[in-house]
Amino acid sequence: MVRAVSGVFGTLFPRSRDVKDRVSAQAGTFTTDAKTMDEKDKPSADEAALSARLHRLGDRLSETRKDRKFQADQSDSRDGNASANASAMARGLRLSSELIAGVLVGAAIGWGFDRLLSTSPWGLIVFFLLGFAAGVVNVMRSAGVASKPIDRL
Amino acid sequence: MADPVEQFEIHKIFSLGHVGGQEIAFTNSSLFMFICVGAVALLMLGGSTRLVPTRYQSMAELSYEFVVGMMKESLGEEGMKFFPLVFSIFMFVLMANVIGVIPFTFSVTSHLIVTVALALIVFLTVLLYGLYKHGFKFFKLFVPSGVPIYILPLITAIEVISFLSRPVSHSVRLFANMLAGHITIKVFGGFVAALGALGATGALGATLPFAMTTALSALELLVAFLQAYVFAILTCIYLNDALHPGH
Repeated sequence: MVRAVSGVFGTLFPRSRDVKDRVSAQAGTFTTDAKTMDEKDKPSADEAALSARLHRLGDRLSETRKDRKFQADQSDSRDGNASANASAMARGLRLSSELIAGVLVGAAIGWGFDRLLSTSPWGLIVFFLLGFAAGVVNVMRSAGVASKPIDRL
Repeated sequence: MADPVEQFEIHKIFSLGHVGGQEIAFTNSSLFMFICVGAVALLMLGGSTRLVPTRYQSMAELSYEFVVGMMKESLGEEGMKFFPLVFSIFMFVLMANVIGVIPFTFSVTSHLIVTVALALIVFLTVLLYGLYKHGFKFFKLFVPSGVPIYILPLITAIEVISFLSRPVSHSVRLFANMLAGHITIKVFGGFVAALGALGATGALGATLPFAMTTALSALELLVAFLQAYVFAILTCIYLNDALHPGH
């Protein structure tokens, strides 16, 4: 934080060499300015110069802040990609587990359907195929190829 | 060569009694679950609360901010009521995975029953909260709008099966990753022992699987973090459906 502040001041007042000395010197002039303003009316030219300088300071500060935020966002998204692509094996396991889960759940529903209604083997056949379709939908969704049901609207 | 699946065996430490003719025992799995919870509690409660954090406190704050950031991104501000659930699940899975990488420990998340229990907590939370919040409108999740009426029953059936398959894939993914990783390390470790017994040439050859075991251990540490993250982010994605089922 201290370094960041002195960096901003450094860009604002590039003439001076020693940042620390210069910052304290500037702080000194600011306080004396304020004091003299309190004691007696200053000419308006001085005041205008001060407000112009303050304005410049504000502009540069917001610019620096924007830059820093942008950099932080960039590094965030880069980190996210890195962790997402970190392991191809994890990705493969993820997609295959999605497919298998769909097929298994479909088959289980079909088997239960057959047991309850004794329609064997039609329930198993139909729900197995539906489960396969659901598994493919799952894979496409987790791979980002198909949209989620909410986004599709 | 050592049995690669021996590490997943469950041993009884002491018995807690019988329920319906079934013994309820305190096992090594229960022990390591308690260790995980204790480690998380130690991490979150044991740190200082200074303005300038120590390393230890920084670890706790980082894990908190990580989960908050993840939830804000995927659930938004109103999803923060689920923060205790997601944070508990994330920290428990992370701690269980990381402790499992340490040799001679038991990896809790390499048992399907544990991951299924965690996934079912999430699944039932989504179902019950969705029904409580939206009533029967929650079932619009399964009926996408803008689909021709003659294929709507088919699409709805597929969506329902897709929804029901979530806890399966959610739990199997974590379980399979941990199981596969631990077995792989154990097999390569077995090669080291078997080759090392063959004398000088064997010991020279054993450096190869030894290097592999070292590399795999590092990979396992990465997988431990990654799978905890994946488990938590999927929890957020599923909870998002409870908050905003189709309009």
